[in-house]
Amino acid sequence: MTEFLQLDLAPLLAATLACLVCGLIGNLLLLTRQSLLGDAISHAVLPGIVVGFWISGTRAAPPLVAGAMAAAIVAALLIALVRRLTRLEPGAVMGLVFSGMFALGIVLIEVTGAHAVDLDVDCVLYGQLEALIWPAAQGAGSLLDPAALAEFPAEVKTLAVVLALTVALLALLWKELRLAAFDPDFARSIGFAPRPLSLLVLVLVSVACVAAFWAVGSILVIAALVAPAAIARALTDSYARQFALSAAAAAVMGAGGYWVAALAPEALGLGHGLNAAGMMAVVAGVMLAGAVVFGPFGPVRPGGQRRRRAAAAPVPRLPAAAG
Amino acid sequence: MNDAAPAAMRSPPGPPQVPALAVRHLSVAYHEQPVLWDVSWESPSSGLAAIVGPNGAGKSTLLKAVLGLVPRLSGEVRVFGRPIAEARRRVGYLPQRASVDWDFPATALQVAAMGRYPRVGWFRPLPRAERERARAALAEVGMADFADRQIGQLSGGQQQRVFLARALALEADLYLMDEPFAGVDAATERAIVEVLQRLAAEGRMVIAVHHDLATAPQYFGHVLLLNVRAIAAGPMATTFTPENLARTYGGRLSLLEQAVAAARAGGARVAGPAGP
Repeated sequence: MTEFLQLDLAPLLAATLACLVCGLIGNLLLLTRQSLLGDAISHAVLPGIVVGFWISGTRAAPPLVAGAMAAAIVAALLIALVRRLTRLEPGAVMGLVFSGMFALGIVLIEVTGAHAVDLDVDCVLYGQLEALIWPAAQGAGSLLDPAALAEFPAEVKTLAVVLALTVALLALLWKELRLAAFDPDFARSIGFAPRPLSLLVLVLVSVACVAAFWAVGSILVIAALVAPAAIARALTDSYARQFALSAAAAAVMGAGGYWVAALAPEALGLGHGLNAAGMMAVVAGVMLAGAVVFGPFGPVRPGGQRRRRAAAAPVPRLPAAAG
Repeated sequence: MNDAAPAAMRSPPGPPQVPALAVRHLSVAYHEQPVLWDVSWESPSSGLAAIVGPNGAGKSTLLKAVLGLVPRLSGEVRVFGRPIAEARRRVGYLPQRASVDWDFPATALQVAAMGRYPRVGWFRPLPRAERERARAALAEVGMADFADRQIGQLSGGQQQRVFLARALALEADLYLMDEPFAGVDAATERAIVEVLQRLAAEGRMVIAVHHDLATAPQYFGHVLLLNVRAIAAGPMATTFTPENLARTYGGRLSLLEQAVAAARAGGARVAGPAGP
């Protein structure tokens, strides 16, 4: 028990909370068909995270989030600038800018000496959950002991706050975000400016990328952003249930992925632990496959209904003579 | 901009007939390519008006420029004599059906209820009374039984009716509709026409981008012929002439279409709607 509390509880919570933050925000990307924007942002914010870490010398969230935001803004400006100067297609410009900024982040890790402390390329690839330990824990009583709880890794507390803020924002802007996601032109026509809302989504994605950085790294964060929303989308056509199911999927992804990575090797007699971030993505992939195959719209449908895709092609126009 | 204003100003009793929409010297360009050039037009204060012109004539862009959805190069827009920013609550927009993702997880009622958002305001959940107003708007277009259906499961015509219900829920005085009849079945087309005629009878103004030259004279009393520039505008009977249509469509109007249009225009002038 003490070993679980000391070594596994904090990473388990961190993985779950990070996946919840990403999974909820990922809905806003998936439903507006811009999931790859999450991938792009997660790459682009890396130099910001490194600089924030380098300047502040801590992994405390505020400087890292500030750095990530600054990097996201720089990326957006660079994209606008390169597009204006080159007339390349937007996809190419985004690819150039985001991979370039990611590379810059890697270089900065080496140059600033951040890798000597806590932040190295492994962390970018896999996250650093194993760094979250709670040595003050002595048995189950520590969960109620204020002195021991004060020693609990701050990253987990920060993640809990970020999750609470995310949920609060989604609730406060519930109908506005749905409107802006479904029909931005109509939203503007009735004075509900969607631009600030899409900017807010960008900010939230940046925050989610930072939140998930220590848990899953910069690369696999895309799985945390997209997979829970995709799983939910395969299971429901309801907007509210979409968010609820994505949260459930994100929790299973985070907790289940960590659990499999930490405990399965022992059960299987492997000498070493498995990578938690990778296992989370694997768990999410398995869930997605199950949802697609066995969900209400898949080939094995319990209800026997198939989703109609009426909107893909416009209905052919009746000849005028029929009128 | 207060709540009472739109209701009080609807169907003005006296003669001060302000045009519902007035654009003056409006120009819009995409990538330095003019889409609308020096368009000036005053709509009637109420009734049904069609915007007719070939593909790429800037018809949808005109509506979007009026609403501020695309930037204007130059020109002025007045809605009931006011700048659009002060008149938003009196304007209802019906975008092209193909402009949104119908696979979106929302029900018909949730989409129709978006027409009530201006009355609800930011940050507040939709009150029950407003949801019932949205339900009533769905009933007006014959979609009451589909309120809880996901919009992707509706046919094209039903989706268009949901869009129309959302517009009705706005209770606007000026409606800007982008191809309300595009890709709908005959029953939906008749239902939409009935709704438009009722809106006009209530003293509201409906301006619709319309593609079908054959039905334009039947449905609309007023027309703006547009091809980047405003070619002609006025009452349908005197404006929708073969000569004006030829000027609007240039060489692109086929002889057959010209003949049909001329026949319909002639019929409309003499005897109103002339069905086959």
